[in-house]
Amino acid sequence: MSVLSADNLSVVKNDRLLFDKVNFTLAAHGLLYVKGPNGAGKTSLLRAITGLLETEDGGVYFLNQKVALQRTLFHQQLVYFGHKLGLNLRLSALENLVFWCEQQNIQVSQDDIYGILGELSLVGLEDVPVGHLSAGQQRRVALARLWLKTAASLWVLDEPFTALDSNGIALLTKKVMDFLHAGGAVIMTSHQELQIEYPRQELVLEYRI
Amino acid sequence: MTPVMALLKRDLTLAFHQRAELLQPVIFFLLVITLFPLAVGPNASTLQIIGPGVIWVAAILSSLLGLERLFRDDYQDGSLEHLMLSTTPLPLIALAKVTTHWLTSIVPLIVLSPLLAIFLHLSEAMYWALLATLLLGTPLLSLVGAIAVALTVGLNRGGVLLALLLVPIFIPLLIFATSAVDSAAMELPYTAQLAFIAAMLLFALALAPFAIAYALKVSQN
Repeated sequence: MSVLSADNLSVVKNDRLLFDKVNFTLAAHGLLYVKGPNGAGKTSLLRAITGLLETEDGGVYFLNQKVALQRTLFHQQLVYFGHKLGLNLRLSALENLVFWCEQQNIQVSQDDIYGILGELSLVGLEDVPVGHLSAGQQRRVALARLWLKTAASLWVLDEPFTALDSNGIALLTKKVMDFLHAGGAVIMTSHQELQIEYPRQELVLEYRI
Repeated sequence: MTPVMALLKRDLTLAFHQRAELLQPVIFFLLVITLFPLAVGPNASTLQIIGPGVIWVAAILSSLLGLERLFRDDYQDGSLEHLMLSTTPLPLIALAKVTTHWLTSIVPLIVLSPLLAIFLHLSEAMYWALLATLLLGTPLLSLVGAIAVALTVGLNRGGVLLALLLVPIFIPLLIFATSAVDSAAMELPYTAQLAFIAAMLLFALALAPFAIAYALKVSQN
C-alpha cells in the first residue's frame, strides 16, 4: 500500500510556476530522493507535501486518503525537518525538545532525551541556549526529533546533511537506513551525492523560468 | 501537560527571559500619561475631562508596541511550522498566543492604572468604570490585533502597516469606553456601554482564533 502519493501536483510561487504535474507513489520501506538545481522547487515540493504550502492544483494522498481530510492522523505519523530548524534560540536543547514532544503528544522522559542528545554527541550542551551552539550542533538538536518520534511512518527531510560533520552524516545515514528497514518511508532532498546504500526512487525537478 | 498549556508555559518563560523588551510598552504607557498633567496643567476639572481618553489612547498605542513580537520569533525560527504540524488545532494555538500577549503586555498596564487615575484626578466612580472598560476591552485589542500581526508576519517591518490597519478598527471600542467613563463621571449608569464592549469581545473571541489561524496559514506561502 502506498504511504504517500502525489497526483498531478502543481505549485505556483510569486507568480512563477515552480513545477506542475508531479506524480509519485511512495510505499513503506521506500526512499524518494528529490533532485534539482537551486530554485527548482525542492523545498516547495516538500512544504506542499506537508501542507504548509498551498498547492495550485493536484492532491497529496496519505494511505490512499487525501491529506487535507485527515490532518490529525497525518501529523501523528509525520516528522518534518525543514530549512528553518524550529528551535527557539533562547531556550536550551532540552527545553526545545521537551516542548516539541508535548506539542506532538509524545510521552518521553527527560532521561530519554539526555540519552538521545548523548548519542548525537551533544553531551554537556543540553542546558545551553541553542543560540550559543554551532550551526552543526543546532542541526543535531533538530534531528533529535527523528529519534524521539518513534511512532512516525513518514519522514520529510529537507537537506538533512547540510552543516553536519562526517561523523554526523554517518549517524544520520544509519538512522535513515534503520527507519527504512523498519518499514518507514522517507522523502529527502540533498545537494551532496546520497551516501545511502539503499534502492531509491528519484524525482528530478527542472529549473523553470 | 496538555499541548496548549505547554505552549502557554513556554511563551511565558520566554517573555520572562526578555524582560527588557517587555517593559517597553509599560514605560511608554507611564511616560505618555505622566506628561499630560505637566502639559495641560494640574487643573483637576480639565484632567478629569481628558483623563479616560488619555489612558485609553495610551493603552491602545502601547499594546501595539508589544503586538508585533507575537508571532515574529516563532515565524522566523520555524517553530510556527512545527506548531502547525502538531496535532493541536491551529485556532487553539492562536488563542494561547493571544492570551500570552494579554497577560504580558496588557495586564501590567491594568495593574498600573490606579496610580495613573490619581495622576489624572479621576473620581472613584470614574476609576471603577475605567477598570471595567479596560478589563473587557483590552482582550479585544489582543484578539483583533493578532489577526493583523498574523497577516503581516511574513513581511519584514510590518510595524507602521500594523498601526494603520488596527487603529481605525479600535475606534468604536475607544468611543464606548470613554463614553462609559463619562457617564460614570456624571453618576449615570454605564451598563449599556459595557454591554456593547462585552458583545464585541465575545464576537471577537468566537471568530478571531479562526481568522488568526487562516492568516498564519496564508503567511506561510
